[in-house]
Amino acid sequence: MAASSSGSSTLKRTLCTFIRYRSVRCVRQCNASIRTVCTSGSTSQLQPKIQSKGVSSQLRGVVGLEIHAQIHATSKLFACSRVAFCSPPNSSVAFLDASLPGTLPVLNRRCVEAAVITGLALNCTINRKSLFDRKHYFYADMPAGYQITQQRLPIAVNGSLIYSYFGGRKRNQVLSRCVRIKQIQLEQDSGKSLHDDQRSQTLIDLNRAGVGLMELVMEADMSCGDEAAAAVRELQLILQTLGTCQGNMSEGQLRVDANVSVHCPGEPLGVRTEVKNINSARYVARAIDYEIQRQKKVLENGGIIVNETRAFDSKSGTTIPMRDKEGLQDYRFMPEPNLPPLFVYEDEASVPAGVNPTQVVMIDRLKAELPELPGVRRARMVDQYKILPEHSFTLVNEDGLTEYFERVVRNTKAEPRKVIGWVMKELLGNLNQQSLKLAQSPVSPEALADLLNVLESGHISSSAAKVVFQEMWKAPEKAVEQLVKELDLGLVSDREKLLKICQKVVDTHPEQLNVPTTKSNLLTIGGLDLESHTKLKWKNTLQADPTLM
Amino acid sequence: MFPCCFIRRSFLSSVVNVRSGASGLGATAPGSKVTAGRRLFTSQSLHRAAPLRPTQPRCRLSELPANGAWSTGRRAAGCRWSSNRSSSNADFSSKIPQFPTWEPVAESQLPPPTKVSLDLVDKLERLALVDFGNQEGVNCLEKAIRFADQLHVVNTDGVEPMDSVLEDRPLYLREDTVREGDCAEELLRLSKHIVEEYFVAPPGNIPLPTREERSAMLKHADF
Repeated sequence: MAASSSGSSTLKRTLCTFIRYRSVRCVRQCNASIRTVCTSGSTSQLQPKIQSKGVSSQLRGVVGLEIHAQIHATSKLFACSRVAFCSPPNSSVAFLDASLPGTLPVLNRRCVEAAVITGLALNCTINRKSLFDRKHYFYADMPAGYQITQQRLPIAVNGSLIYSYFGGRKRNQVLSRCVRIKQIQLEQDSGKSLHDDQRSQTLIDLNRAGVGLMELVMEADMSCGDEAAAAVRELQLILQTLGTCQGNMSEGQLRVDANVSVHCPGEPLGVRTEVKNINSARYVARAIDYEIQRQKKVLENGGIIVNETRAFDSKSGTTIPMRDKEGLQDYRFMPEPNLPPLFVYEDEASVPAGVNPTQVVMIDRLKAELPELPGVRRARMVDQYKILPEHSFTLVNEDGLTEYFERVVRNTKAEPRKVIGWVMKELLGNLNQQSLKLAQSPVSPEALADLLNVLESGHISSSAAKVVFQEMWKAPEKAVEQLVKELDLGLVSDREKLLKICQKVVDTHPEQLNVPTTKSNLLTIGGLDLESHTKLKWKNTLQADPTLM
Repeated sequence: MFPCCFIRRSFLSSVVNVRSGASGLGATAPGSKVTAGRRLFTSQSLHRAAPLRPTQPRCRLSELPANGAWSTGRRAAGCRWSSNRSSSNADFSSKIPQFPTWEPVAESQLPPPTKVSLDLVDKLERLALVDFGNQEGVNCLEKAIRFADQLHVVNTDGVEPMDSVLEDRPLYLREDTVREGDCAEELLRLSKHIVEEYFVAPPGNIPLPTREERSAMLKHADF
């Protein structure tokens, strides 16, 4: 295996140098005289380029994801030590995690339930009987020399994840896609290794060793980085809703490895490379897109793709080959001798007599306790409040926005469609501008509801309301009515007063008399005075009730 | 061969010790030296009780290597077990067959012998961290594989493979509580080198020496 991979890489290198040499010659010819490029000699060099360009334009990326989700539990999968992030090194390590002799694995019921709940949420078939295996490989952060996983018969198989992402030409259409889930299995995490290159050593922290992971293996149904990122985001939302995983990629609770290859549609799949070290949801799309581009370029230049593992470097946005593992790794899978098969029961009736109830995991009970999944919630928002799918997508995507929206709707007479416009544009716009989270918003749902009530009652105009909203943002302790009075933005409906104002505007700008007296023109004329006069003028135009114009 | 013999000897010796302990040492027939796993075979005459044949006979290769002198001797004389233990307690029926129930397996019944190539040796050394040493080690492995090939004679049609001897027991599920941990000092005491509460390891897997390097190393070693 080692021989073949090195042979192919040398072949690739010679091919690349050959083509580079030819292209350099082509450039020199171009520099010599522009005409000769289009005519003799270089046509033979141009033609293969056109051909390969045609090939590369047909190449489509194929992406499959392997996601490791850390189970949100108090203790680890097989040992009774604590699952904690950022605790002192080696402080929550049991003897089993350190692989000291004389220890045996004891399975945690919470982890089994978490895997079953996740399987049910992703429409998987739960295997009534599942088996544990040992996967052997040597690495310093895995002191046992093997990892207990479920390779032959995992706990859940054949599910699907339906996700939506913003697509279409303007990226404002919500497109729905489905990716098949091959299996969900329980496995152990390895420890953490900190590489100290200066002193040529690795520091091992076993706090994370033995923590339960759910590995979700997805089929290669995706074709680009955006789809993969949307799938990961959807999975993150689902896991957070279920409570089985906190889904925080920066803390390592959700790890994504991508298997990327390119091929022409209809032909067999190309050689795939594995991309690791993707630390955040944003980088998922970037890493996969870069890798697809790189593979297309390699094939365009006549090279071949090597089956290797590449690490994503977020600083440069590129993938770098990791240390070469000599050929395919042989894990020597072996049934775990210390763990009998795991049985999960359908319902009360299928449990054999004399089994302790604490030892039983029942599928129908867990199914009944499933919370409202994000997809279901999106559909409900569209049905209940008659809002657009794009808006419900954003509502469910942001943490806590759905609750905020529902509270506003409850406290206001305004229609949900108007509310959603306010929430999307004004609220989210301000939050994004100042990089705040929803929890840090100075405007509470009740305050926004008050503002919308005042708007509905006709006391102020919508543009005035926007000004009030900005003031509320700056001074959250003041009530809406107080602010309206302070800024004197109440609508003026008195006809006499309005006529006086309009006359004043017309008098001060006699040159504009020829301009048709539309509301917008009057407003703009009034606005022209902003520099020379006080704010009073601007407020006057705002106060003017448009309908009475 | 050898592993098989070792297992049987220790098994029998444990049985013999139990019996002696129960019935008293003097009661057993003379000439039987009951030392822990040493000399087990005596030249007592065998009682011709009806041999207990298990449903699937254990098979033995009809061809044995030349360097198994005492095992060849064993084959010639039948199994010189001291089966007179059963004679002391007539109503004790042993589950152990009194006579060997082997039937030698013909070479023709077995699949072709597996050759272990040098590449495979390298791979195995890397995966399992065993040191084959020299050609004898490889030969030993090949013979062990040949011995295991006897399993191919057994008909397993319609039989589910067993993955654990514990398959009839339920897997114990424990509560999600924290009962261990907080023993950093104890664990770090086990390691020679530590850096500020971390274990120290080399920067990556140290590759094993290649074949050429190894022969160079061995040339300089004193053998």
